[in-house]
Formats: sequence, structure tokens, C-alpha cells
Amino acid sequence: MATNMNHRIRRHSLKGLHFFGLFSAMMVLCVPGLWIVLNSFRPTVEIMAKPPVWIPNELNLDHYRAMFGGIGEGGVPVLTYFTNSLIISVTSTVIAILIGMAGGYAFARYKFKFKGGVFVALMVTRAVPGVALSLPLFIIFARVGIIDTHLGMVMAYVALNVPFTIWLIDGFFRQVPPELAEAAEIDGCTRWQAFWRVEFPVARSGIASAGIFAFLTSWNEYALASQLTRSTTSKTMPVGLLDFTSEFTLNWGGMCALAVLMIIPALILTFLVQKHLIAGLTFGGVKG
Amino acid sequence: MANVTLRNVVKKYGVLEVVHSINLEIADSEFVVLVGPSGCGKSTTLRMVAGLEAISGGEVQIGGRVVNDLPPRERNISMVFQNYALYPHMTVRENLGFSLKVAKQAQPVIDDAVDKAAEILSLTPLLDRKPGALSGGQRQRVAMGRAIVRHPEVFLFDEPLSNLDAKLRTQMRVEIKKLHQKLKSTIIYVTHDQVEAMTLADRIVIMRDGHIEQVGTPLEVFENPLNTFVATFIGSPPMNLLDAVVKDGKLAFSDGTLIAMPPGYSQAEGQAVTFGVRADNIMPVGHALPHGEHMAEVEMEVNLTEPLGTETLLFSVLAGKEVQAKMFNPRPVQTGERMTFQIMLDKCHLFDAETGAALKR
Repeated sequence: MATNMNHRIRRHSLKGLHFFGLFSAMMVLCVPGLWIVLNSFRPTVEIMAKPPVWIPNELNLDHYRAMFGGIGEGGVPVLTYFTNSLIISVTSTVIAILIGMAGGYAFARYKFKFKGGVFVALMVTRAVPGVALSLPLFIIFARVGIIDTHLGMVMAYVALNVPFTIWLIDGFFRQVPPELAEAAEIDGCTRWQAFWRVEFPVARSGIASAGIFAFLTSWNEYALASQLTRSTTSKTMPVGLLDFTSEFTLNWGGMCALAVLMIIPALILTFLVQKHLIAGLTFGGVKG
Repeated sequence: MANVTLRNVVKKYGVLEVVHSINLEIADSEFVVLVGPSGCGKSTTLRMVAGLEAISGGEVQIGGRVVNDLPPRERNISMVFQNYALYPHMTVRENLGFSLKVAKQAQPVIDDAVDKAAEILSLTPLLDRKPGALSGGQRQRVAMGRAIVRHPEVFLFDEPLSNLDAKLRTQMRVEIKKLHQKLKSTIIYVTHDQVEAMTLADRIVIMRDGHIEQVGTPLEVFENPLNTFVATFIGSPPMNLLDAVVKDGKLAFSDGTLIAMPPGYSQAEGQAVTFGVRADNIMPVGHALPHGEHMAEVEMEVNLTEPLGTETLLFSVLAGKEVQAKMFNPRPVQTGERMTFQIMLDKCHLFDAETGAALKR
């Protein structure tokens, strides 16, 4: 009996500890985000108040109104930035995923010379911090004449994302048993059909997650974009945030409002694709 | 339906040759089982017939047509894989109909064929499930259904039962045999389980290290093994093998035991041979089956018993080698008990001591 009791007490206290641990972790993760959302809806006075006002007295849309307003009234070209971000992120993600699929499949399925070396080389490029590349990239892009263009940004982001997508997709194709493609070939498919009708659908959850990672990387990237974009023709949203800084003031409210606009598409996308993110689609086809 | 011919077929991986120039004729609607220990090249041979492995040398014909350079889809075969390889993102119905869909058949034709196959394999209630929601045996049947849907010329089975538990394996074995009787198709079946090979095959092909050791009906390879490898591989328990020397027209084992020469053999004096006898043919006195006139008797101590119900396996040692014997109408036996065993000499074999090849009677 006593051991039973002890066991129960221990289980309950462990549960409590788990709950407390998770709560603190979530708090650390969520409070900054919530703070941004909150600040975007309240007057600057309240944002700057010391000590901080935790429970807002007044909520309004002033910052949003101002942001979408004319140039003189603290407005910024939000829609242009949004379009730039969207074009650059989507294009670079699509290209990175296509290259990643081809590369990842090759690494997962085929044997070729220097396979290990090439793979390590690809991964090593991930070890170089993006900022370290900004100056060389700036100089090259300036010479070639693609500074401040969508093309330049897309190229930079594709280069940034490809090693990662290859690595991720390679891992997912490795989990797809080669017998599936063989069975498809025997069932009458060509090699190409076997890939698209069997292997691709089975690995699509992995490819979707690689896509999200690539998209979010491009969507949120700031360091490179701040160097390689100059004007509204290519400025992305993270760079656009800087429009709210002026020589002596920082428009925190406006910045938060733009940040909220930035977060929304990423959130929507994650929600849409999250069911694909749950791996396990490959189970069942082969022995359990 | 079609016959399959392998002519001097070789498989090399770089410099490593794993299948050495094998020849095999498989008749139309014959059930042939390739059997052998792991790594003997049986699966590789099957995959070469399927077109999943390139053929390094020689020729493979299906229905009189050389298929060496044809992709799998043009060979008109179907294959059941060891791990089933069902498409996990499709329902059972879609899995079964996939090959017809790829062949751009009309939907009613596909539905019809799928329903028929499902009925043969009693899969009808499972048609709308995905493979993930099926048990091992059900997945196995779906894999077989996918193979029969499009009436191929040749069925290839690559160890299809090895992932099932023992009971289910016995059931599916019967189902495969029934399926063959119903479809009358040519089947090449790979397994490492000699019981499966014996029970299923019209003809067994025993392979070792990329060579074919013997081809024959189950009874032929059981009763007349061409060498010691086949003798120990086919049959359970494996054939007992004992080293012996011919002495005064008798066989002398290393411990001095003498037994009469099995009838029909006439070996030279002093020749070293390997004496082979199956457990079924060495039985304790009083627990033997009716037997012929040529008998030998040896006395051995029983070290271990394995009661199987209708018979008990007795483990003893003779001339330093373990010998398994069968006791019919068994009674309880104490370990350490000394018993007299009768050897049915008519059913014994002699092999060359050096090469292991069977000696002629």
C-alpha cells in the first residue's frame, strides 16, 4: 500500500512539474509575440510607459491607419513591401524545393562518385553565417547589376535554402522504401511515373515541411535583404520595418503593426500545412 | 502464360560476381521455388527476371522473347515483395487497380478486375481501407491481389511469407498453392525456408553461393540429394552426416563402430566416405516403422529429447558427431539412457568425403 501511495504521489508531483515547466517555456516563447500584437493596438504613450502597462486601457487601430496612410502621416508602402516579400519568398521557395527534390532524391537513391564529399560540402555551406556573405554578395551583385532587384534576392535565397532542402528531403526519401518504386515499375510505370505517382506523394509531407522552412527563411530574412535591397522596387517587409526609425524617434507602434502583418501569412501557411508536417505517412505500405 | 528460360545468366557488382552463369528452364504454368541460404543469389536471380537488376551476362527469356534490355513494365510480370511494398497513400482498391490505371484502362474495367481479385482473396470488406489499417496477413493478401489483377504471364514471389507469424505462414502457403491451381500461371518463388519450398514447388532449385546445386521435384531432391549441401538443406531435421572409411566391405566410423555397407554401393577398400542418414531412418528398437531387410544396429546414449507428439526427436552422439533419431509411438525417455537404434540401410546415402558429391549406387 505504502509503495502504491508513494508511486501515486510521485506521479502527481511529476505531472505538476511538467505542467510548470511547459508553462514557463511557453511563456518565454509567447510573451514577446503577444506583446507585439498588443502594442500594435495601443497608443504610443502606453507602449512607452514606465513601469509597463500590462492591461491595456484603450485599444485602437491608429497605427494601422497611419501605416496605410499617406507618406506625410507616417505611412509606409506596406502593400509594395508585402508584394516584394511574397514574390521573392514564393519564387525562391519553389526553386529551392525543385532543386532540393532532385538533389535529395539523388542522394537518397543513387550511388555516384564523391557522393559523401559533395554532401558534406553542401552542409558546410550552412556553417557560413549569412552576414559574412553580405559584403561579397553586395560587391558581386553590384558589378553584375542586380542589386535591388527581385532576381538578385531570389538567387541569394535559393542559394541559402538549397543545402537545407536537399538535406531535409534526402532524409524523407530515405524513409520511402525503394521497393515502392520497384513495385510501381512492375505495375507498368516508367521510372519518372513511379516517382511522381508513388514516391512523391508518399514523401510529400517531408517536402511540404522543407517548403515551409524555406519559405519562412526567405520571408523573415533581414541581414542580407538589408544590404541587397535599396528601394521600394525590392525592399521586403523585414527591411521595411526600418522605415519606422528616424533620426531621433522610433515608431514602436507602427513597427509592431507591420510586424503583425508579417506574422499573419506565416501563421496561415503553417496552419494550412501543419497536417502534412505530421510525418508517418510512409507507415503501413511495408511491413508494420 | 509463358515459360521462362535463363541461359548462362551472370550477375556482377563491379568485380564481385554473385550469380555464376546459371541455366534454368521453367515450363509454362510451372511452380518453381528457388531456395537457399541468405546470400546465395536467389533474390538477385529473381530480380534479374523482374528487370529490377541489370543482367551482367547471359540471357533471360520470357515466353520465348529475350527480355534482357526491357524495363520491368514491358516484361508482363508481376511481383510480390517481402515487405509487400503497398502504396501507403492509396486505399486497397486503388492499390489493386493501380496497374490497370497506369495502363489507362476504363474505370468500369478496373472496377470489375479489382472486385474479382478482391473476391478471390476475400479482400472485399477491406477495399476502402489504407494499408496502414491492415494486419500483416491482410497486407500480404493485398500484395498478392495487386499481382493477380492484371493477369501477367509470370508471377514472381520474393520471400512473401517471411514477415508473417508461423501460423499465418502455413495458412498463406495453402492459399498460394490454391491460387496457383486456380490461375494455372507460371510462378517463380524465392524462399530460404525449405518447408515452404517442399510444400509449394513443382520443382525446387537449390542454390548456394551463386550456383545451382540441384534442380528436381521435392521428392527427388529429398530422396536423392546430389551432394551433402542439398542433403542437409532439404528436410527437417537435416540429414545426419558421419565420416566413415570402407573396411572389409563394411563402413567403419572413427570410434570403431562398424555397420554394413548400404545396399547397392560398392566402394573400394580404404576409401573415405560420408555416410548420410535421415532421422526418419534411424529409430530405437521397438519404436521403429516397418522397414526393409537391410538393417544395421548401433548403440547410443540419448543426450536430449524433443517430443513432437506423434514422434520424439532423440539427440545422441555417434563417432563424435551429433545424430538426430526419430522415435515413433514415443514413450518418455530419460537423458543419459542408452538405447539400441536401427538404421534402415536402404534409405542411407554415401557421399564423397572430399567433394561432398553423392556416390553412385
